[in-house]
Amino acid sequence: MDTNDSLRVASLWHSMHAISQQLSPTTGCSGIELLEADTFDLHCFQSLTVCEPGTQHMEALLKVVYELYTDYVLKNPFYEMEMPIRCELFDINLTQAVQKDRVALLGR
Amino acid sequence: MQFFGGSEISPSPPTPTTTTGNNAHMIYIFNRNGVCLLYREWNRPLHTLNPQQDHKLMFGLLFSLKSLAAKMDPTSADKGNLGVPQLPGQGCSFHSFRTNSYKLSFMETPSGIKFILVTNPRTSDLRETLKYIYNLYVEYVAKNPLYTPGTPIRCELFNTAVDQYVRSI
Repeated sequence: MDTNDSLRVASLWHSMHAISQQLSPTTGCSGIELLEADTFDLHCFQSLTVCEPGTQHMEALLKVVYELYTDYVLKNPFYEMEMPIRCELFDINLTQAVQKDRVALLGR
Repeated sequence: MQFFGGSEISPSPPTPTTTTGNNAHMIYIFNRNGVCLLYREWNRPLHTLNPQQDHKLMFGLLFSLKSLAAKMDPTSADKGNLGVPQLPGQGCSFHSFRTNSYKLSFMETPSGIKFILVTNPRTSDLRETLKYIYNLYVEYVAKNPLYTPGTPIRCELFNTAVDQYVRSI
């Protein structure tokens, strides 16, 4: 999936998140948290300021990813909001965290 | 891939997972063209839109979610672009999503009939429940010689059967 596809998926997800709130039978809906499909589950962790469509992993990992995001992206003085993230350190740490999680999952 | 074993109603429906009472909020049944064949609600305090808009929005949401699931599937080779209509059963399809206030369970039959059940968020997997409701549909609607496919369902027996079964979930 290239960058354009990622953008398309992200915008689609954002709209569906909003629509799911509109269709709620009760008040106080905060959007889709978990989408279960045949071959994968999609978790969505919503921070107070920004909506982050999640990866295909568990909630603990998502919190770690969010921490990395705050450390490398938001604290980066050269980062402009809403632009694609192009930070090597962020990518390296992200892959490391995912690998660790995969190893931990296999080890259980 | 989906498959349906047996064409008659199974003698024992899936056992109830939580306490009895109103677990389900509403049910929608759509055909492949987006016509809402059935909409029943049992517990819906909040109505955001008028019924036509509500049905259209629901159908559109499901179409997009299916497309998204097929695109994001990590196990298949790269599929076509987003928005390309998928045949029923082709590609990976989602079967439910959960928010903090409701859980929506979805099932599509090979003939393109979509069953949507909106329940409270703590219910467990409802795929067997939807299959049972599909069997009810086959018995009361598909086998009804007076029913025209593509039109809303107006069968009291079917409505009663669905109500009764859903209350026991």
